[in-house]
Amino acid sequence: MWHALFYLVGIMAFAGVNAAWLGWCERKGAARIQRRIGPCEAGYAGLLQPLADGLKLMSKQLLVPQGVDGIIFRVAPVLAMIPAITSMAVIPFSENIGARAMELSVLLLFALASIGMIAILLGGWASGNKYAIISAARSVSQNLAYEIPMLLTVITVVLISGSMNLREIALDQQGGFWHWNIFRLENGHFLTMWVSFIIFFICSVAETNRAPFDMAEAESELVAGFMTEYGSMGFGLFMMGEYLNIVVGACLTATLFLGGWDCPFGLTPGIWWFLLKIYVLIFTFIWIRWTYPRTQIYRLLNLSWKILIPFSLANLLVTAALIKVF
Amino acid sequence: MTVPVHLRHDETFVLNLGPQHPATHGVLRVKLTMDGEYIVKAEPVLGYIHRMHEKLAEGGTFAQFMPNTARMDYLHALAFNHGWALVVEKAAGIEVPERAEYIRVITVELNRIASHLLWWAAFLLDLGGFTPLLYAFDDREKIIDLLERVTGSRLTYCYMRFGGVYNDIDDEFIAGTRDFIKRLRGRMPRLYHDLVTHNIILIKRIKDIGFISAEQCRRYGATGPVARGSGISYDIRKNEPYSVYPEFDFDIPVFAEGDSMARYMVRMHEMEQSMRIIEQALDKLPGGPVMGKAPKVLKPGAGYYYSAVETARGSLGHRLVCNGDKNPYKLKLRSPTFSNLSLFGEVAEGMLLADALAFMGSLDLVIPEIDR
Repeated sequence: MWHALFYLVGIMAFAGVNAAWLGWCERKGAARIQRRIGPCEAGYAGLLQPLADGLKLMSKQLLVPQGVDGIIFRVAPVLAMIPAITSMAVIPFSENIGARAMELSVLLLFALASIGMIAILLGGWASGNKYAIISAARSVSQNLAYEIPMLLTVITVVLISGSMNLREIALDQQGGFWHWNIFRLENGHFLTMWVSFIIFFICSVAETNRAPFDMAEAESELVAGFMTEYGSMGFGLFMMGEYLNIVVGACLTATLFLGGWDCPFGLTPGIWWFLLKIYVLIFTFIWIRWTYPRTQIYRLLNLSWKILIPFSLANLLVTAALIKVF
Repeated sequence: MTVPVHLRHDETFVLNLGPQHPATHGVLRVKLTMDGEYIVKAEPVLGYIHRMHEKLAEGGTFAQFMPNTARMDYLHALAFNHGWALVVEKAAGIEVPERAEYIRVITVELNRIASHLLWWAAFLLDLGGFTPLLYAFDDREKIIDLLERVTGSRLTYCYMRFGGVYNDIDDEFIAGTRDFIKRLRGRMPRLYHDLVTHNIILIKRIKDIGFISAEQCRRYGATGPVARGSGISYDIRKNEPYSVYPEFDFDIPVFAEGDSMARYMVRMHEMEQSMRIIEQALDKLPGGPVMGKAPKVLKPGAGYYYSAVETARGSLGHRLVCNGDKNPYKLKLRSPTFSNLSLFGEVAEGMLLADALAFMGSLDLVIPEIDR
């Protein structure tokens, strides 16, 4: 009972802090990349900026325009947040920190990620706005296209570890970086897991709708995409959901490929290594976003269907064969 | 997109792009008839920022119209200043001292670089790259500081006078301009080209997108980088030289591909050519006054006068009708963006929305210059 409550509060706090301060990190990171200062007025180095933004958003009225499907319009932003927070329940932060080590946790995470996509679809559809509907349609086709190569690469990890339990997968990679799935050696033979890692990382950028794959909110084409009609905390929840999705994506990448809480140099493993890994990954997300222009929706789909899926299929075959041979 | 699409004309919806839309840079409205994400028909709708500048010219004296010229194309305001000064000087037969001509060329070319830098930044913003904007504005800021020093304004200049310029340039301006050229030359290959021009995503976004043929350019009267990106070597500075441009050695960049990439490359090369012109002008800068003899009250003889200049967006023509009074009887401007925008409807047909907006960005539209 206390155990469950502890994790509930802990996960909510982790999610809340990340959702709020990743926004700050993004603004500060973008500012440094662009030779600006970024937020600096509210608190030391603008650290209170997320609070100020949150208060501002909460004090505003949630305007529901005419011709909008009221209930779905209000539910969609919440639906964008919930799956991301729920995903945290199965993520192993360290050997002993993890709310629930489910047998099929990898599968659960993908199921929840799809619900996040449905939130965007519903939000766009309920808005009754043409930009929002185009954005929702783009978002769905994009997520469908990228879930397939993502799952195919995850199968390679599952093949190696023999488990769909994230904790087991992480435990399987303990003992220095040559045990990590990305540099995996099987009986002294190198597997092609780095291909899986690259494909998985590209897919997680696309899954979280981040630049250069942020077609759903391409502001120069679709104003704000599915968020066009949202103001107030509806917009805020979508933004927080986006950041939480990034956190989940980074956690998943770190657990599946980078050894979870394992230390690369044989020092004491622990949650700090896990956090370090996910924040390095998150920084990469931010870095990519502020460096590249946006790609095009059909190029994005071409990349998935014509390049990533064949490569991940081939990679799956090669990995399966290598495991069998060695 | 190179794949031919079969557009269904019966299952369409209308998408209103603008007048308030992040991609239309100002108050352009485009009525798009869409089939999914494909454009079936695009109609630019103008008139949201019409201020009757040409009619206003008739109400005041010739000099009183000078500030208005800068309010039309606020990105290359000095070229509009220059165009108006040229046509009135032609009408009234005013001589311009050589030093003033050189200063005009230097400031106009600096302003052209600033305009192209801003276009570059806005174009990348249209393509979803936010960061280049800040770097381009960093460089543009240097130009604006220099121009503020001699003209007194930062954006809407009123620097030219009939018979010269308002203010002489000083050593600090000359040194600052040389420093700026050195700085931009240093940053151009690494920052602008390595990071942006050669970026695979950018190339995929703009190469073979928005093809304009030379025939279309001629039909619509497109000029400037749009025509030069379609293989038409036409630049007023070379073809109908004015001011002291014939004294400088510079090239007209022409790319024959006709796609958005070609227009991009034309503008990038033009910045380099403008820097060459400025350097030569600074080297050859003669002494003397910057203001010639001009009557206090201008009363050009009755008649029709025409002169054209090359702005950053194409050729700008002033057609002035005088009836011997101290006001213009009639003024008609031929502004480049209007013709360039007219192309949009025909070319955008069958394009994807995102491609059409990338194409629109490559046209370098300044709406207040269309809606005078």
